[in-house]
Amino acid sequence: MQPIPITTINNHKNSRKLHDFHGGVHPEQNKHQSTQKPIQTPLLPPRLILPLQQHIGRAAKACVSPGEQVLKGQVIAEAQGPISVAVHAPTSGIIESIEELPVAHPSGLSAPCIVLTPDGKETWTALTTHQDYLNLDEEQMYAAIQNAGIAGMGGAGFPTKVKLNPSIAGRIDTLVINAIECEPYITSDDMLVREHAEEILRGIEIMARLVEPKNSLVALEDNKPEAYLALREALNERQQQAGAYEHEIELVVVPTKYPSGGEKQLIQILTGKEVPSGGIPADIGVVCQNTGTARAVYRALRFGEPLISRITTLTGKQIADPCNVEALIGTPISWLIGQYGYQPARQERLIMGGPMMGYTITEPDMPLVKTSNCILAPSPQELPMDHQAQACIRCGLCAEACPAELLPQQLYWFSRAQEYEKAEQHSLFDCIECGACSYVCPSSIPLVQYYRHAKGEIQEQAEAHAKSDRARIRFEARQERLDRDVAEKEAKRQARKEAAARAQAARKSADTNLTTHTKTQTSNAEQPAENGPSLETLKANWDSAQTKLDKLFDSLEETNKTNPDMATKLQRAIEKNQLRVNQTRLAYEKAETAASADQPTVLEKSVTSLPNTDDMKSIWERSQVKLDKMLITLADAKLNNPDTVEKLQRAVDKTQARVTQAKQNYEAVVSTSTATTPSTVKKSETSLEPSTENDLDSLRAVYEKAQAKLEKMQETLEDARANNSDTIEKFERAVAKNQVRVSAAKTALNAAKARREN
Amino acid sequence: MSVILTAILALLLLALVFGALLGFAAIRFKIDGNPIVDQIDGLLPQTQCGQCGHPGCRPYAEGIANGEEINKCPPGGEATIQALADLLDVEAPALDAEHGEEKPVQVAVIREAECIGCTKCIQACPVDAILGAAKHMHTVITSECTGCDLCVEPCPVDCIDLVAVDKGILGWHWNAPQSSLIATDKGVA
Repeated sequence: MQPIPITTINNHKNSRKLHDFHGGVHPEQNKHQSTQKPIQTPLLPPRLILPLQQHIGRAAKACVSPGEQVLKGQVIAEAQGPISVAVHAPTSGIIESIEELPVAHPSGLSAPCIVLTPDGKETWTALTTHQDYLNLDEEQMYAAIQNAGIAGMGGAGFPTKVKLNPSIAGRIDTLVINAIECEPYITSDDMLVREHAEEILRGIEIMARLVEPKNSLVALEDNKPEAYLALREALNERQQQAGAYEHEIELVVVPTKYPSGGEKQLIQILTGKEVPSGGIPADIGVVCQNTGTARAVYRALRFGEPLISRITTLTGKQIADPCNVEALIGTPISWLIGQYGYQPARQERLIMGGPMMGYTITEPDMPLVKTSNCILAPSPQELPMDHQAQACIRCGLCAEACPAELLPQQLYWFSRAQEYEKAEQHSLFDCIECGACSYVCPSSIPLVQYYRHAKGEIQEQAEAHAKSDRARIRFEARQERLDRDVAEKEAKRQARKEAAARAQAARKSADTNLTTHTKTQTSNAEQPAENGPSLETLKANWDSAQTKLDKLFDSLEETNKTNPDMATKLQRAIEKNQLRVNQTRLAYEKAETAASADQPTVLEKSVTSLPNTDDMKSIWERSQVKLDKMLITLADAKLNNPDTVEKLQRAVDKTQARVTQAKQNYEAVVSTSTATTPSTVKKSETSLEPSTENDLDSLRAVYEKAQAKLEKMQETLEDARANNSDTIEKFERAVAKNQVRVSAAKTALNAAKARREN
Repeated sequence: MSVILTAILALLLLALVFGALLGFAAIRFKIDGNPIVDQIDGLLPQTQCGQCGHPGCRPYAEGIANGEEINKCPPGGEATIQALADLLDVEAPALDAEHGEEKPVQVAVIREAECIGCTKCIQACPVDAILGAAKHMHTVITSECTGCDLCVEPCPVDCIDLVAVDKGILGWHWNAPQSSLIATDKGVA
């Protein structure tokens, strides 16, 4: 191949003073290969793959389903949230599927994509065109940009609408249109400017109208004379045209140096100001947009066309026919380069992007996206595989080359030793990953990869830290809630206790009042009158003493097992209580005999208290139900919890005794009442019916619930048998348990029924 | 004599002044609690899993502040041990295998079809990351789950799995370059 003379722009005089940025390198340009032909339009690919995420921010959400017919330009995935853009169908066709496929990403991982099979008809959907687009109101302009799914086409893919945010309008001094294209091999912006200069200018006018900058600059490197000429011509023409936006667009030619196309570096060249660390260009009054974006904005407003194609450079020695193509978004890369004579080399390597900042494609079928500006297929000689890295010789060339004025060597040591905190202190995150340091490194150390890894690790750690902070807050909140619950329960218990004590005190004082009252009334009357009320209190005393004793017995048994020391103490307490019980019983019996021996008044009293049969009956019934329930629990406990069986057994015996007691009481009362007043009995009999009914109902409910649970469990068991062998054993045990429970409930129910019939 | 007296008096005066100053500062700038516990707690992973034998991360942080070993936290793994060792300026021991092994980050997932709605896992979750009500299906709030596995054991139907977190393409970041062996170092390294 004959050497191509390097052409430069030397007849241009910049109207502004240019600044320089630190460092930079001059790699071989290799741009002429792909600029020999005008922009080509490839055929329609057989299949288009459209990733839902082609931009920075949230992925779009698919709004079509497989099998659906779509038209060219139709929205197939909607933007989600403010920092997101939509995806449109690049041609008409049928949605084949929505699935995870490898996408253009250095990881080579898969992400959700919509697969479209073109029908070849290229039928457009209805588009909103605006003849007079510059006079639209701003809302409409923003909406048109947003609906067109435009994301920055320079490489990062930041949603354009967000970058032209209304909040920055008026704060912006300079709108910079970046046509620098400093990376070797890539010529897509160059060719775009050569062929579509006017559209770019019109796009700049729209953006200028939105952000209202003091001046707009189009910057390009001095190695693009054709583009410069095209742009100057278009600018002159545009100035003579009627209806142009009253805004001066200035052409700036900057000397060729890598990476002057980096946003921060370009701003530094043009304004002399540096974007603050961690800040954005808008902080210093600059907005930077790519030429491709400017054109897309124009086409979106003028013709309503969404972003469905882009200009991409296909170059490298393995491509026989290097050129720029305007390809549809979603075109599979392997198919595209196949169209232009791609011959796979022995050591096949495809690069997405340029040789400095690009990444190797692992899966050639992955699609072209909105940010793909170049596909490089170098021969092994052209771009040798990475050399074996040698030890760092601390030459310092990397620090001289760094355009961000960092200390790459220090960052390298820190990243390698995983001292991420120190790396962060050395401004790792200001690194633009331009690769200048790796380019100059005489030891071929893959420095940028170390930085990228360190950045990823730091971000991951920050995320983990944020998550652990959140977990701590949640844990502490939960702990607080649990403590509060306990405190509340305690407070309630305390309140109940106090209320009970107060009630008791009130009762006591009422009793004494009563006694003193009767005393005063019948000062010299006989004893029995006084005995009436005291009989009840005596009985109560006896009862409470008895229950206390029972309780003590229980605890004694427990302590015997756990704490023998305490047992003797308890023994003593029990003896004392035993005495008290005896005393109270004696007192009560004495009083009772005295009372019964006394007078008919008392008898009358007992007669008047005859309606008590209802109470008696209900007491009996209630204790019966309780007993039944206890029996069920006991059966349960026998299976599950052998420790508590003994205790439960005792409780059951006690209840049994109580039941018989209640029954006897009731029968005794009933017999006396039938003797005296049959009417009351009838009444009580009728009133009895519903209560037993209720008990039966509750028992039946228990039984039915148990039955239902059992059935459910059996179902689950069968499921488990069908699916999973691990859990079967557990389920079987649970089912057996439930079966016992059900049968216990059934017997209880039957018993209750029988009783009722009797 | 008077010189000595003056010197003693001067020293006494200084002692009184500084004593008063220090006494004031001790009360005025008193710090409640042990700040080192907060720092240690900040390094622990906050899974609240209890694998260290303490009921949560903070009690373990207190334990460490009182001289306990720093290698009892499997979820934190070597990285946490290293960070704790740096903070406390001690040698970093290996993870104590008695308390468990370091595993990749996991989250609990309830097989919802099998959940019987017993609420036992809800009660067990230390960070309230399980949602549900009695006799209704439960589910795990994945973004809040710490993967502590405390909910697995109480489940009566064993419908909770711990699965490794896969954030896919968004969670990916560049690997470190392969360690660069220099040809002549190969035998040594």
